[in-house]
Amino acid sequence: MLFKPIHQSYGDFSIERDPQRCIGCQVCLRQCSYGVHQYNDRLCELTQDESRCVGCHRCEALCPTGALTIRRTPSDFRENALWEPTYIKNIYKQAATGGVLLTGMGNPAPYPIYWDRMLLDASQVTNPSIDPLREPMELKTFLGCRPDALEVEYDGGVPRLKTRFTPQLELDYPLLFSAMSYGSINLNVHKGLARAAEACGILYNTGEGGLHPSLYTYGKNTIVQVASGRFGVHADYLRAGAAVEIKIGQGAKPGIGGHLPGEKIGREISLTRMIPEGSDAISPAPHHDIYSIEDLRQLIYALKEATDYEKPVFVKIAAVHNSAAIASGMVRAGADVICLDGFRGGTGAAPTMIRNNVGIPVELALASVDDRLRQEGIRNQASIVVAGGIRCSADVVKAIALGADAVYIGTAALIAVGCTLCQRCYTGKCPWGIATNDPYLAKRVHPDIAAEKLTNLVKAWGHEIQEMLGGMGINALESLRGNRDKLRAVGLHPAEMEVLGIKPAGG
Amino acid sequence: MRIDANGLHYRELNKRIREAARKGTSRFELVGVNGQRYIADGLEGEVEIHIHGTPGQDLGAFMKGPRVWVYGNAQDGVGNTMDAGKIVVHGMAGDVVGYGMRGGRIHILGDVGYRVGIHMKSYQDKLPVIVIGGKAGDFLGEYMAGGCIVLLGMYGTDPPERPLAGHYLGTGMHGGIIYLRGEIEPYRLGKGLAFEPLDENDRSFLELIIKEFAEDFGKDASEILEEPFTKVKPATHRPYGSMYAY
Repeated sequence: MLFKPIHQSYGDFSIERDPQRCIGCQVCLRQCSYGVHQYNDRLCELTQDESRCVGCHRCEALCPTGALTIRRTPSDFRENALWEPTYIKNIYKQAATGGVLLTGMGNPAPYPIYWDRMLLDASQVTNPSIDPLREPMELKTFLGCRPDALEVEYDGGVPRLKTRFTPQLELDYPLLFSAMSYGSINLNVHKGLARAAEACGILYNTGEGGLHPSLYTYGKNTIVQVASGRFGVHADYLRAGAAVEIKIGQGAKPGIGGHLPGEKIGREISLTRMIPEGSDAISPAPHHDIYSIEDLRQLIYALKEATDYEKPVFVKIAAVHNSAAIASGMVRAGADVICLDGFRGGTGAAPTMIRNNVGIPVELALASVDDRLRQEGIRNQASIVVAGGIRCSADVVKAIALGADAVYIGTAALIAVGCTLCQRCYTGKCPWGIATNDPYLAKRVHPDIAAEKLTNLVKAWGHEIQEMLGGMGINALESLRGNRDKLRAVGLHPAEMEVLGIKPAGG
Repeated sequence: MRIDANGLHYRELNKRIREAARKGTSRFELVGVNGQRYIADGLEGEVEIHIHGTPGQDLGAFMKGPRVWVYGNAQDGVGNTMDAGKIVVHGMAGDVVGYGMRGGRIHILGDVGYRVGIHMKSYQDKLPVIVIGGKAGDFLGEYMAGGCIVLLGMYGTDPPERPLAGHYLGTGMHGGIIYLRGEIEPYRLGKGLAFEPLDENDRSFLELIIKEFAEDFGKDASEILEEPFTKVKPATHRPYGSMYAY
């Protein structure tokens, strides 16, 4: 056996190569960007270094003869409920490097998943359910600030709305693609997201990486983000999108900034971030012009002024302990849409300790924010968009019943284009061609195929949402918003039910 | 075009400026300005704005091209995320001047507050420059990624015993350059930074900057340049490069 330092000795996965099936074609070798598979010219056979395997399953999926199976490694440490292998391996790694542990994607730890503790209602006998295949079922969603009251005037006896609305976004589905920067993912994926957003009548979000010149044409389906590093932010960029989002925080790493290493800033990325090639892109933890709600208001209105009051301004925060009070401040500061990103939210790179231990579930944050805004009589002044671990259409319906206007999907969108959640996005070597800007790998995602898959996903979820609404006897999503009577809890503590504002099942 | 801003809400004032600029007005004279925010915010093109009074927060934020003169003091956020153009302030300015600024010039005659020039960056032919005639507060040039800050300490109203700059100068700096007229105690510098003497390139670059600054305020460039300058530049372009375990 090859000698390796201790922190590289215990891999997570083992590779079974069936010699009966393997034809030595070396597809596995070419597909793996982590150098797991090697070809021994002398013996004319393939070997593997399993300690490098990240469990992405790319080789297994592409093997033309089905000769490969990737499994969790059967070798394990002695059972220990406290010292799980992850902790042991992490300590070996840190003892060897002295570095902060990095990871990708959302919090995978076994915290409660409240979506799975809430069940939806359906109509029986006393009110008829609706079949969306034979009757209209409205999923159209508007995002933006609503006036406190409507004024109507009569023009020659014809009623006309006198109240002027501030800008609203019109979505055909209650879904948006979350902020994922060009840099963390590549242009092919961005093109796929933009085209799917256009095809579905929804929006995607640039993240803090600027907007590639080739994507300006999708402006009406684009949310442009302004984060603490202000990368690629200029007047044309702000005016290019349908809305502007101020990113205060992110569910995967609340309270910390980001460091995109210089080696990932190639020519094209340099162009959209507007920083020199090879220089680190450091996003400070806070916006240094925002230290208070008053400062937030200042930036919100600076953006509204720069865009002629034509675009709604989103403000996105990570779901944290006092989200409700912060959200109240955000609405009063002039945010048209507030976004809550729960602790399950994904990321291209985050310190493992932060991702696994900071923030709160978005279900609880959403319920408390919606409650607080209603109590204060300002719920109409902003829409709520939630993000962070929305896995299926039922999660969307439950989020809307809890009080959300729409949801952001990020991880689900990446899975739609092939992601297997190996959580190694930060290496920039994504073998599926998603979280990488290496041209050899990035071409594994074709923008048109990505767009088609994303469009399929959104439409499929749309059908399911219609079915669930119909089952409840509701014919428009608007009637479900904040309708918590349509939810019941199973297996929750009364304190959790109180926060969620829902009754126990059977009650 | 002359606008009397007395009693005008910023929204109305800025709307008038934007609409007139769109129709081709290239010179504005604003009088009676008293705290109106966002003047020249997101404004583009060859426009000159002369402001008499005290403009409010975020003067010239996201601005791309216009030139702005302030005959008075300015408040916080001057040139926030500015892309191109010039802002000349014949007085003091508050906190966060030139935050995330990518291009253009900001000349402040007097003192400035905290967090000035945070995360300035240069790109291609864009090289943002901030010249401060007075003294600066804490965190000057923090996270600086490009561009140039010049701190003179000459024309402010801060008492002489106050140091040229506050604490944490250039913390996390990974690009760009800061020139100081005179010195500050080394402990005020961000971690890993050190003073360096100017070389020939620095001197010719600095002379150009100072000449323009002196012309803007009717000062004598040779008087500014007669004292020795020192420079602070990043210790590394990858300040957090070895922080992580891969």
